[in-house]
Amino acid sequence: MILDVRALTKIFGGLKAIEEVSFKVRRGTILSIIGPNGAGKTTLFNCLTGVLPPTKGKVLFEEEDVTHKRAYEITAKGIARTFQNIRVFGSMSVLENVMIGQHTRSKEGLLTAIMGTRKFLKEEDEIKSRAFEYLQFAGIQDYSDVLAGNLPYGDQKRLEIARALATEPKLLLLDEPAAGMNPQETKELMELIRRIREWGKTVIIIEHDMKVVMGISDRIVVLDHGVKIAEGTPNEIQNNPYVIEAYLGKEEVF
Amino acid sequence: MFLQQIINGLTVGGVYALIALGYTLVYGILELINFAHGEIYMIGAYLGIIFLGIFTASGLTQYSLFLSLSLTVIMSVIVCSAYGFTVEKLAYKPLRNAPRLNPLISAIGVSIFLQNYVMLTQGATDKVFPHVIPVTIIKFYNVTMTTLQIFIIIVSFFLMAGLHLFIMKTKTGKAMRAVAQDKVMASLLGINIDRIISVTFIIGSGLAAVAGLMVAMYYGLVNYSIGYMAGIKAFTAAVLGGIGSIPGAMIGGLVLGLIESLGASYLSSEYKDAYAFIILILILLVKPTGLLGKSEGQKP
Repeated sequence: MILDVRALTKIFGGLKAIEEVSFKVRRGTILSIIGPNGAGKTTLFNCLTGVLPPTKGKVLFEEEDVTHKRAYEITAKGIARTFQNIRVFGSMSVLENVMIGQHTRSKEGLLTAIMGTRKFLKEEDEIKSRAFEYLQFAGIQDYSDVLAGNLPYGDQKRLEIARALATEPKLLLLDEPAAGMNPQETKELMELIRRIREWGKTVIIIEHDMKVVMGISDRIVVLDHGVKIAEGTPNEIQNNPYVIEAYLGKEEVF
Repeated sequence: MFLQQIINGLTVGGVYALIALGYTLVYGILELINFAHGEIYMIGAYLGIIFLGIFTASGLTQYSLFLSLSLTVIMSVIVCSAYGFTVEKLAYKPLRNAPRLNPLISAIGVSIFLQNYVMLTQGATDKVFPHVIPVTIIKFYNVTMTTLQIFIIIVSFFLMAGLHLFIMKTKTGKAMRAVAQDKVMASLLGINIDRIISVTFIIGSGLAAVAGLMVAMYYGLVNYSIGYMAGIKAFTAAVLGGIGSIPGAMIGGLVLGLIESLGASYLSSEYKDAYAFIILILILLVKPTGLLGKSEGQKP
């Protein structure tokens, strides 16, 4: 198990955004988190990545407690994520965006940079060529010098994935990667996510597009009003009455 | 006459630009107007006098003026950076998640504290910069300039170019730009935000120290209250260029210096200090985002 979430709870004022959510993720698999709007999916991601401190519960990543670690420390341990809305650094080039992802993985110090030593220049070149490989992997290598803010929407989403991969994560969290994509782009995205798994990485995605969810998930966790109501394979979830109820309402079951 | 004022303007403008960079760097990352920044510059001027005094008393200046001055610059920059670093940790960091007005008030408090702290420890009277640097006057057609002016202009431009390269090329510079655009995303990419904020204050304070030192050399006199006027003028320069924009602060500082010296010679020197404020009001009325600034709406 790469990730072990134990009774995670996040309370905002009087609102329980997520309540006692537990699940485990096997290394090298794709887990989808689904649920109606407001089910607490993004809050869960925020608690896993150190953006928000959980109120109660534990997050174990590779058997290590990372519950109250800060975001940059969790990234250094090997968890990366993207957001639902696009958050590329718009006034930097596509390549620079990915180079920033390499930040934790390079040892370049402030002093060597100021001195402009050969070691610094060599390391710069290495970071650049590695960043370029991530762009190639995501299929946007042709745009490396373009300002990230000028990329078309779908390519910005790819850039975000490339940038997250550049932090060299073992676990990648994708928040609604297919949102706003056309069917062709969605198909290519699914292909990309599968390739990330083949690469040996573990992926958790939040997604509303059921075609994507059912198509690529090894397991699915269903949240409703902050509570986990079901977990299983795509097949099991499709036939789970609780899930159908949460999505369609009680009367319309079957 | 005109060329003369250009030289004078560039001298003062270079200094304004160096201070303005401190404002704009901090604003870019924290959206905070660091009103204590003028005081950091003032402390830099005092440190220059103190260290050069020590080196002169110990005989180092007589042995090698170059060595003594270099050490003065290095020590002033280090100590001044330590001041900037400490101010951020004590007065701004605890207020990181407070409403925006709170750190602003805190900055004004730090400014008043530092002024009085220097007044109490160094006295309320003017301090004289040690007369150890030989100044040669150069006449070129009808333009008179001193070697000190040329030195100030060269150092200012050198530091500005250096900062630009640092921000554009180095890992830390890129991280600073990333943090300025989106703190949460930057931290999720493995950037330690607190470290970047500290680096920003250290760089800004270091530049202010050099500015303070050069002004102390140029005018020869230093007073505990010089940070106020210089701070407000540099702030105007930063707003003129577009607060948050690094090239903006450089251009803003130089333009302000030129306007002041041209205004003083062609209009009236009585109003020299007023030009900065007239410009500040005009920008806020006509183009609040400054020459190179982005409107708030474009920020994600």
